[in-house]
Amino acid sequence: MRGIVRVSSRIAHRLLASLPALVGVLVFTFLLMRVLPGDPAVFFASSPTAGPEEIQQIRVSMGLDRSIPEQLVLYLRDVLTGNLGRSMSTGQPVATDLAQRLPASLELTLAALVLALACAIPLGVMAALRPGSAVDHGVRLLCSIGVCAPTFVCGLVLIYVFYVVLGIAPDPTGRIGAFDAPPPDITGLLLVDYALVGDFESWLSAVSQLILPAVTMALFVLAPLARMTRASMLIALGSDFIRTARSVGLPPFKVIVGYGLRNALLPIITITGVVFSTMLGANVLVEKVFAWPGVGSYALDALVSSDYAPVQGFVLLMAMIFVVVNLTIDTLYGFADPRVSLR
Amino acid sequence: MSATVQHVVWTIRANPVTGVAAAGLAVLLVLAVFGPWLQPHDPLASNVSMALLPPSSQYWAGTDQLGRDIFSRLIAATRLDLAIAASAVSLSFLAGTFIGSIAGYMGGRLDRVVGSVVDVLMAFPLFVMAMALVAVLGNRVENIILATAFINLPFYIRFSRAEVNARRGLGWVEAARACGDSHLKIVLCSLVPNILPAMAIQVSLNLGWAILNAAGLSFLGLGITAPTAEWGIMVAEGARFILSGHWWLVAFPGAALMLTVLCFNLLGDGLRDILDPRMRT
Repeated sequence: MRGIVRVSSRIAHRLLASLPALVGVLVFTFLLMRVLPGDPAVFFASSPTAGPEEIQQIRVSMGLDRSIPEQLVLYLRDVLTGNLGRSMSTGQPVATDLAQRLPASLELTLAALVLALACAIPLGVMAALRPGSAVDHGVRLLCSIGVCAPTFVCGLVLIYVFYVVLGIAPDPTGRIGAFDAPPPDITGLLLVDYALVGDFESWLSAVSQLILPAVTMALFVLAPLARMTRASMLIALGSDFIRTARSVGLPPFKVIVGYGLRNALLPIITITGVVFSTMLGANVLVEKVFAWPGVGSYALDALVSSDYAPVQGFVLLMAMIFVVVNLTIDTLYGFADPRVSLR
Repeated sequence: MSATVQHVVWTIRANPVTGVAAAGLAVLLVLAVFGPWLQPHDPLASNVSMALLPPSSQYWAGTDQLGRDIFSRLIAATRLDLAIAASAVSLSFLAGTFIGSIAGYMGGRLDRVVGSVVDVLMAFPLFVMAMALVAVLGNRVENIILATAFINLPFYIRFSRAEVNARRGLGWVEAARACGDSHLKIVLCSLVPNILPAMAIQVSLNLGWAILNAAGLSFLGLGITAPTAEWGIMVAEGARFILSGHWWLVAFPGAALMLTVLCFNLLGDGLRDILDPRMRT
């Protein structure tokens, strides 16, 4: 019980501490988007031949005729009330658009993260158990390649091999197979929704749509995760308690996983948080390659057509996700090592 | 001096990969400098009757959808890609080392503010920030350089800050202070030269990352525009033909990117082995 109180007070503290960062991001994106080329009022005008009076009217209705500080205050007020503006290209409120597309991105990112962790931790542990062995060198080689291969090239190569040559992957466009009906919108995460409805066939097809983009993104983050696991496992395995555990004849699995990995967890959790935020950026590239209907491709389309409300909303969303991820990492710290929350 | 040479030779012999990486970098530099004389064809000349030909003895890497020779375009792109990465990294190296070492030297409130700003910047999805910057500043090569330099900046600030901070209380810094050197002189003439070896490793590892970022931006259609030969754009153009099985449009520029980044990363690892053997992982 006291542990829970301690962890939650820590979370509250961190939440407060992250507020200045969030406000900073808000002001930064506001100023950034204010200098975007192109006049949004002209874009919004009903016809290309709209007269100057009509454009002026739109400027007034959008608040563009006021001074920059005034606009900033108005913008902050809007954000606080959940109004992120309206997208010019889709005609919908940005908040609605983002809410519709966020599950696709989350599903992809989380699947990739789980996949990457499931590969990286065993690889790192195996490398740390026998430093200098063939396994260690193999892992190092894999990591070197993973760091160098551009995400978008990886994705295209996977599409070529598994769709064009082998023909075992489905058409690499979107999340839902060509012959499947979309599931009822419960959580927005297709795998969860199909499972809840019990539509096993569509679930499998959604998995097959997800595999290639998820593998692409997992390859991208495999290297830092595996390297960190190896380094921190090496330190843990070298400590006295491991020697003691071995000498009293505990089974190797218990020594390595129960004592070694358990004590090596903190740096792995830290790097997972860092990796998650780079994945949010890489999302844009992967979503573009696989025509994935997520927030990244939405923001990219908006950027290209100088539609700034969605871009602002996207950057803000990324900042909020980043705060949430940091909080999660912090909470996990407390569980992985109770000594942390004492500090 | 001979001890240094011996040490370098010893490290390269122990890890021959570093030598290979250095040779690779030399090849890249030759291609970048003498590119225009080494191209077998004009990288911009299109010839629709020769479009989408697979690799052959005449077109070593095949031709693209406009019949341009991919091999020549790869060579032409080397100069641009390396120039972007080199200028972006030097910009952020100069600015980042300056800001970081001053913050690390002064300590106190300034140091704490710089530190927390850097922490926030680094945790934020940097690629998204670069995208927004290029979109705001406009689709030009200079802006790709600026955006890439900006997102590299936090790494240099943090690194030089930590390195300077560890040295600010050492005896020779005290000695310089006792001699009456100004703070700026101590930072620039005593501390910065001292952290340069460590920074060199960072630069090498960073060059690869900068190339990937710049290529990613142009892959998305931000930055460099169509007829220009650049690896990221070549991949983006080739992506439209991958479903029809024309793999060479993507594979060769992709491989060029990957090998270049690999070269810089291995070189960085090798430099670290030479300069700071304790840090090897």
